[in-house]
This record gives sequence, structure tokens and C-alpha cells, in this order.
Amino acid sequence: MTVTQTPAETVAGAVEAAPGAQIESHLNPPPSYDLGDHPAPTGREEIWRFTPLKRLGGLLEAPASAPVDLGWAAAGDALPAGVTLTTVSDAEARELGEVPPNDRPSALVVEHADVVRLLDVPAEAELDEPIVLDLRGTSAEDVSLSRTIVRIGRFAQATIVLLHSGSARHSALTSYLVGDGANVTVLTLQDWDDDAVHLGRDAIRVGRDATVRHAAVTFGGDLVRLNANVEYDGPGGSAELLGLYFADAGQHLEHRLFVDHNQPRTSSNVVYKGALQGERAHTVWIGNVLIRKVAEGIETYEENRNLVLTDGCQADSVPNLEIETGEIEGAGHASATARFDDEQLFYLRSRGIADDEARRLVLEGFFADLIRKVGVPALEERMTASVERELARTVRAGETA
Amino acid sequence: MSKLEIRDLQVSVDTEDGPKEILKGVTLTIESGQTHAIMGPNGSGKSTTAYSIAGHPKYTVTGGEVLLDGEDVLSMSVDERARAGLFLAMQYPVEVPGVSMANFLRTAKTALDGEAPKLRTWVKDVNGALDRMRLDTAFSARSVNEGFSGGEKKRAEIAQLDLLDPKFAILDEIDSGLDIDALKVVSDGINAFSGRDGKGLLLITHYTRILRYVQPDVVHVFVDGRVAESGGPELADELEANGYDRFLHAPLA
Repeated sequence: MTVTQTPAETVAGAVEAAPGAQIESHLNPPPSYDLGDHPAPTGREEIWRFTPLKRLGGLLEAPASAPVDLGWAAAGDALPAGVTLTTVSDAEARELGEVPPNDRPSALVVEHADVVRLLDVPAEAELDEPIVLDLRGTSAEDVSLSRTIVRIGRFAQATIVLLHSGSARHSALTSYLVGDGANVTVLTLQDWDDDAVHLGRDAIRVGRDATVRHAAVTFGGDLVRLNANVEYDGPGGSAELLGLYFADAGQHLEHRLFVDHNQPRTSSNVVYKGALQGERAHTVWIGNVLIRKVAEGIETYEENRNLVLTDGCQADSVPNLEIETGEIEGAGHASATARFDDEQLFYLRSRGIADDEARRLVLEGFFADLIRKVGVPALEERMTASVERELARTVRAGETA
Repeated sequence: MSKLEIRDLQVSVDTEDGPKEILKGVTLTIESGQTHAIMGPNGSGKSTTAYSIAGHPKYTVTGGEVLLDGEDVLSMSVDERARAGLFLAMQYPVEVPGVSMANFLRTAKTALDGEAPKLRTWVKDVNGALDRMRLDTAFSARSVNEGFSGGEKKRAEIAQLDLLDPKFAILDEIDSGLDIDALKVVSDGINAFSGRDGKGLLLITHYTRILRYVQPDVVHVFVDGRVAESGGPELADELEANGYDRFLHAPLA
């Protein structure tokens, strides 16, 4: 087991350590529509150094074959009243305020996706049911490029679920433009088959006094690398970024967060929890938070916890806090990677609960709060079942070992 | 009738300086219907005895045996020991975040009985056990021991004792950190358990205070990893009056 983590630091220390006020963020390349600004990575770049580039299946280059559609075309039929799914032109997308790509895969999506889709939730809409987009691939040979704008009108309340299953080489750029005072929950669930590749950039712009909860839940796929980026369009916005991942043998699951506190009195809270099991199961969690000089009175906390279930896994966990003003409410982070707690297992087993059952309970408990926090009751059972299915693999592996 | 026999038990723990011997040959036998108290100064091996019998991985048994009705306890896994009828109430009950007490108790009861408890009576049983320990029934929905006060943790241990109904219970310093009201509640629970047919109790304590409420049949004084002396309840009275000095400063043999 290899673990990299940075110990929590105090705000005061970080302020002193912060370099000159001129920096943007050295951890996050600036967005640009120009593909030339996003050269093919060598693997040594800060943002690529954890990712096995060879396994990206050509998603760093123009697609060799025509991209396939994973189900967006049919998704418009089953939307709640008032919600629309249309296509817009490239120029219209930019006009709408799409967040430009900030890495090569997302720039390639802009360059080569057939269409730009606009999912529109009108202002003041209050949706009782989640909008569920069921995206299924049929072959890891297929390339899917998805460029989407999700616009949540002011004061609207909505839950949007993207279900990814089957197989594909899928690259997506999704902008969430959240209007003032809106309240939105986004759940992206990765239930891919073992050979899928998924690169994603979820770019979230949080309106004034808006509340956004974004959850990335990743079980499947050979390689999944998701960016969730948050910026604010006015003061008072709040973002909660949640994540749950469970990596099996050979899987590379990477979750990268960037919260750009570019407005005062905004808040962010990040909680990602992961479990790893099996040879060369690899997870990466990067939690970047930038507090700009203008961002007075903000509050941010980020936390990543990993539970390593077997030998041969690697959990990389890197929280980064860049602070350009000390006039804030609070900033902190925590990162911990551990094995099962022997004391917890002993306690449960001393009550007669068999070892595998005790592990199941502890792991279920580890994820339970998070699954509840995701706040999509319709999907809770599915997520819990996925956790249990994943764990059943270790238990079986343990029996044969 | 059941019998728990501890014979010449020797136990060590790993330390930075290598293995350290804690128990140097402990022998005692508890029969069902009896309450034994183990007393002794800090570091005398009281808790080590408890955790070794329960099978905590930190302790290595280097000699001796533990038999429950003639069955070799030390060859059993931790959960097998519980299913054989042993229960350990811990001095520091462990928090298990995200696992509700209700789920935990039902899972434990199912494991012990080999079948799930009947839903209707079980909920009533759980609420009754919590109520007897002056714990709100809302505790069912809380994570195991998480955020419980010290006293609540101890009372929750006794509620488990009540519900899981083992043959032999080992209570490790169940009285430490309890105020007098909580001590009485906990003692009532212990007495209710030991009043059932065929139950044996091993009560480990640093203080004599709890022995005013829970009457031991036999008192063992532990010193330096051995039973230094065993006797009736009057031995506890003597300790109450004189402390452990007589045992600690005994002339070298």
C-alpha cells in the first residue's frame, strides 16, 4: 500500500506560505476554447501525473471514428413538465455562458462533439421528481463525446441524475449554470462495465445565494477521471461536493476537485470517501481550493477518507489550499487513508458477528452518512447495493486467499 | 450448569521493546450462578484477562488454557467465542460510525441465535432493554456508541448484555466513570442478568464501590499478572479499608 497525503495545515500557516498575490492558480490551467492551449500531455504535468495516459483509449486525440450517442437523443421524451432538452450552436453555447474547457479532453469535446445540448430548467420551477438521464454504452470501442449545458433558472429547485452504465470511451464537458437563489442537486453515478473509460469535466457556476450539491459516485470503469470545478457568479453561493468511489483490482478512479472562491461570502464543503481492494486498485483524489483576494468571509472545508481493504492498492490523496486573503470565516482540510479499524471489528465480533459480516457493517457505515447526504432517496438503495456487491468480492477473494 | 475455567493463563503483548509478559499464570474457575470479582491495582493484568478471554488480537496467549464447559475457547475466533456464550462489556466501548444500534443489535442477535429475531417482539425487547438502562429509545437510531457520553456507553453495554443474554459475562471496569445514579442503574442491570438461570459473571473493577450493589461470591486480588489471593466478599471489605498495600509490599518469597 502506498499512501500520499498532506497533513492538515492551519489557516495562518497557509496564509504565510501563500506566494505573492498575483497568482491565478498554478494547480489549474486557465480555461480556453483554443485547442492549441491544451497540448497533448506527457504525463509529467501536475494535472496528469497520476493518470495512466496509455489507458485513455485515444481520448487525448481527435476521434478516429464517428462519436456515438449514449442516450441523450432519447432523453428528451421523459422529462418533467417545463424542462426542455434542445440543441444549440457552438456560438449559442458560448453566449449562454458555457464554462470553457480547461484540459485537452474537454477541449477535444468542444472541437469534435456533434452537437451541444442544453438542458433547461426554467426559473422558479420546483421539480418533485429527479431528472434522470440514463446513458448507456454498448462497446468500449465506441467513442462518445458529450458537450452539455445544464441551465437552472433562478430560484428553481431540481435534482439531476446522470446514470452511466455499459461500456464506452466517454468524454464529457458539462457546464452547470445555476441561477441566483436556485437549489440544485447533481448526482453522477458511474456504474460502467469493467472496460469503460470516462473522462469528465463538470464545471459548476454557482449563482448569487444559490445552493449546489454535486455528488460523484464511481463503482465501475477501467479508468474514470472526473473533474468537478466550482466557481461563483455572486456572493452568498454555497457548494457541497460529495464523492464515493470503490476501486477493484486494476481500476483507476480519479476525482479532481477545484473550488475557486472568486466571490465573497461563499462557502464550499467537500467530502469524498473511497474504498480500495485488489491488486493495482488505484484511486486519486485531488482537492484544490483557491481563495482569491476578493473572497472575504468565505468558508471552506474539504475531507477525503480512504479505506484500504487489501494489499496491493494505492490511494493518492492530495488536498491543496491556496489562500490569498486571511479575511475568511474558515478554511481547512483533512485526509486520511487507513485499513479496517481492528478495534471496530473486534467490538462487533465480540457480539457474535462473523468477520465478513462485521466488515460489511463497518464499510456500510463508512459510506452510509455520505449516501444519505447525497440526498437522492430514489438512488440510495442502488448505491448501498453497489457497495455491498463490491464488498462481496473482497469477502470471496478473502476466502480463496 | 456451565463452567468457565481459566487455567495457568499466560499472555504477552508486543511492545516497542519486544513482547512483554502481562499474565504470568492466572487460574480461576467460575460456575454458572456465581459472581466473581477481580480486583487489583493498575497494570496487574485484570483487563488483559478479560480481553484475552474474548480474543482481542493485541494479546498473545503464550501458555495455559481457557475452557467453557470443557471446550477450548482459545482455539475459537472472536465471534465463535461470543456464539459459544461469552460476552465482554468493555471499559471503552468502540464507536462504529454509520452503523445504527438497531442494525447492530439485530445483526448480533441473529448471529448468536442463528436466525433473525421476530420483528414485533424484538423491537419491544430492544426498547425495554434501553428503557431499563434509562436510555431513550431514540438510541436505536444512533450510530453504535458514537457521541455517547461515558455513562451512556456503559449503560448501552449492559443493555446489550440484557438482550444478547450470554452464559458468561465479563464486565471490564463497567463502573469506572459512572456517577452514583448511573452506577445504581448499571448494577440493577447486572443483577437482573445474574439473577437469570445459569448465568456466570466476572466483574473486573478497580474500586470496591460497585460491590455494594453487586454482591460477589468470590473475590480475586490480581497482582503482577497472577491471582495473589482469593476469598469471599470479606476480602473486598478488607481492600476497601486497607487498599492494595498489603499485596504490593508483601515480603519477597
